[in-house]
Amino acid sequence: MKMFGRREGKLDLNQILMLICLTILIITVAMPMIMIVYNTFFYGFTFDWSMFTNVVMDPSNVDAMWNTIVIAFWVTVVGTIVGVFYAWLIGRTNIPLKGLMKTLFVIPYMFPPFIGAMAWGLLLSPRSGYINKLWMLMMGTREPLMNINSIAGIVFVEVCYYFPFVFLQVVSALERMDPTLEESARISGANQLYVIRKITLPLVVPAVAAGAMLILISSLSHFGVPAMLGFSRGIFTLPTKIYELINRSAGSFEGIRQGAALSILLVVVVVIALWLQRKILKAGHYDIIRGKSMRPMLINLRTSKFPLLGVCLASLFVIVILPLYIIFAVGGLKAYGLPLNLANMTLDNYYHVLFSSRMAQDAIKNSFFLAISSAIIAMFVGTMIAYVVVKVKVKGKSLLEILALLPYSVPGIVLAIGVILMWSGTFYLNLYNTIWIILIAYIARYVAFAMKSSSASLEQVHYSLEEAARSCGATHLESLRDITIALIRPGMIAGFFLIFLPAMRELTTSILLYGPFSRTLGVAIYAINAEGNITQSAALSGIAILIIMLGNLALRFVTKDRRSVS
Amino acid sequence: MSEVILKNVTKKFSTRTLGEVTAVDDFNLTIREGECFSLLGPSGCGKTTTLRMIAGFEDLSDGEIWIGDKPVSAKKRNLYVQPEDRGLGMVFQAFAVWPHLNVFENVAFPLRVRNVGRREMDSRVAEALKHTGLGGLDRTFPSDLSGGQLQRIALARAIVMNPKVLLLDEPLSNLDPKLRESMRFEIKELQRRFNFTIIYVTHDQAEAMALSDRMLVMDMGVIQQIDTPTNMYNNPANKFVYGFLGLSNFVDVNIGDGKVYPEGGSGQPFPCAIPGDFTEAAGTVASRPNEIDLTAEGGYRTVVKARIFLGDYTEYRVDVGNQEVRIQSTGDRGFMVGDSVGLDFTRVQWYSRDDGISDAERERRKVI
Repeated sequence: MKMFGRREGKLDLNQILMLICLTILIITVAMPMIMIVYNTFFYGFTFDWSMFTNVVMDPSNVDAMWNTIVIAFWVTVVGTIVGVFYAWLIGRTNIPLKGLMKTLFVIPYMFPPFIGAMAWGLLLSPRSGYINKLWMLMMGTREPLMNINSIAGIVFVEVCYYFPFVFLQVVSALERMDPTLEESARISGANQLYVIRKITLPLVVPAVAAGAMLILISSLSHFGVPAMLGFSRGIFTLPTKIYELINRSAGSFEGIRQGAALSILLVVVVVIALWLQRKILKAGHYDIIRGKSMRPMLINLRTSKFPLLGVCLASLFVIVILPLYIIFAVGGLKAYGLPLNLANMTLDNYYHVLFSSRMAQDAIKNSFFLAISSAIIAMFVGTMIAYVVVKVKVKGKSLLEILALLPYSVPGIVLAIGVILMWSGTFYLNLYNTIWIILIAYIARYVAFAMKSSSASLEQVHYSLEEAARSCGATHLESLRDITIALIRPGMIAGFFLIFLPAMRELTTSILLYGPFSRTLGVAIYAINAEGNITQSAALSGIAILIIMLGNLALRFVTKDRRSVS
Repeated sequence: MSEVILKNVTKKFSTRTLGEVTAVDDFNLTIREGECFSLLGPSGCGKTTTLRMIAGFEDLSDGEIWIGDKPVSAKKRNLYVQPEDRGLGMVFQAFAVWPHLNVFENVAFPLRVRNVGRREMDSRVAEALKHTGLGGLDRTFPSDLSGGQLQRIALARAIVMNPKVLLLDEPLSNLDPKLRESMRFEIKELQRRFNFTIIYVTHDQAEAMALSDRMLVMDMGVIQQIDTPTNMYNNPANKFVYGFLGLSNFVDVNIGDGKVYPEGGSGQPFPCAIPGDFTEAAGTVASRPNEIDLTAEGGYRTVVKARIFLGDYTEYRVDVGNQEVRIQSTGDRGFMVGDSVGLDFTRVQWYSRDDGISDAERERRKVI
């Protein structure tokens, strides 16, 4: 009888978990999406198609859509080529300084793209950019070297920060790939170039495609770079256009409805991209991870070794060092526009943003609060969902998975509109202009990160481990707590940082949700910059970068030492 | 001419933990035309490194390798022929069948690289597939095939160019035991038909003995013995080779006034003659478990410690002095645990006590 009672208890626990997860996801993810669709097509309770058609037919919106697609296309193409090239160079050739370069190439990955855009604006804006000024002085011309406030400029900056998606995927595919696949081609009579073309590249196509699709989707829904570089020249993409629509109407319901309608357009574009991704990834899926690990035979670059190393170091300098330098240097300037020399340097800006600017201090505090609390909450919710999806056989868990992964592909700006529609009084609760509405949006946005991290760990915890605990007399809850949770703790901690870091630098969602006292770090940097207070915004950016770098160090430190399942 | 000749071949690796390690130490070796030659040894002994140097995937630290009458690697002359220009066929342990190409395309790859015409390609691939029992699977993709079939693709791909020398790197160790046995026959059959020289790397002594005309046993980068399988099994050059080729008992003994006493024994002499050329005062007597008879009376007296019935034979454990000896006897004599029995050694080999290389050193090097 007792045993029977326990069985019942187990079923109950799983079902309760399932229900909790589903409720959370419906409130945070599903409802906001439904609200967007509802508000676009219904006015009050009557069907109203005109709003959608008006918004979609508006020529400036069509322009924005076209810009979005053009930018995303070029960012994907160039970013993929750059990523594959460097991955191959590091994964398969005898180029020196590999370890160092592998670390440095990942830095752009954690660099907030909108701060990068700001840095490039400081360097290459047509008249006041430092590089352009230098160029005009040296060449005696009035033509700038490059105008960063253009479609090409936006593409350039996005490529700098998105190519690591492809780079990381391909490097890891090359590392896992069985070297004998290439060696057997060599022994069959193929030379190195032939092997690269016919064996290596086709085999990493799935990894390339996965990375390229990540770039495509990220670029389609990206806000920061086009906002920083495009606004002043009237270059809009769908996410920045949505922001502009709502901003211009000062948060009126009409403006939000227009934004919602445009969001649907953006979501359609992203969904088409996702559908493409599915098709491509399905076409080529094979197992290249076989055999004993042996060092692959590295291609001897001979005479091109040092020129190629030069290219690598130069691009690292351009992508990583130059923007970092300009941010910290401008942050230390007495006044924007002064030459960058030691005599003009001061710590006043850093002092000001840290100790006397109320807005900057609030922003740092708010971002820490939001990043930590959303990371903790999302980590637990994500782990719970991962547990149900991976370990429990309950009906409807695929719905759970879809809901949890949805925010992955829903652009942040769209999610923000959904959250506004949902939490500004529609359901008797008005959180608009408070920090709580941002927290809810962050949780919805980042639960997927935690879920992925935890389910990767959970998949490696064999059923028998929990069953062994139960056979020793532990209850279901005890075995969960003492065995499963204990084993996946490293995965959960990694999940915490995977949320904390992007939340710390978040801009897209919070820029639509912030109120007078709930600015985040990203919003404050953006706002101070838009006010024209360039040096202070650079100083605050520098502080943000330091915080993020420290967080990354901490993440490395935690993930390095993994005694449980890795 | 398709001899493979290694002259003073040496390979050194520098490792972070162990410093410089000699993986292959001064190999001198001639593998004859049409011969099936095995490189046999425990993992980490340098056999795969040797094969990869012949294939051209590793450069030498010193020495020369010749294939036929041409040098392909010669360190002193700075000569190094790329793997694709050595005209070899090779089969890898993990099959290395390309997952993005179908069976036909995999096997046709060496022909395609050399721009062989369509018609000739079709007929040569068809023939290679026929000889490896893959007929009719041309358009199938590797993901739909079993391990045995993948290994056949790898074989077909290696023989499609009709190479003079075929390199096999533990080709059967990823297959199940039954399949392994039948593939051995097929490889032997292919060799009989096409008459190529085979260099075969394995850690499985039964496989090496079944396939090879001659074989080489190596340990920690040093050649221990080169001989035919029969000669080597009957006369292992040292304790390591003896131990590697089959189950073995090593009994440490001391010699006093013309008699042999097991170490730790109570003075009962060991019933075997001292070979004429053995002059040391202590040695090791090696025997195989199936070369010892158990008798009710006479022999070296001891007591049965354990008895395991295994169907084809019965295994007994007894002590000789303070050392345990295993005996496998066919025809169950019905001795039970605790029974007093006599040991009759039908064949033994004598070795010096300390001729084995230290196991600790081997363990230490395994990390490479």
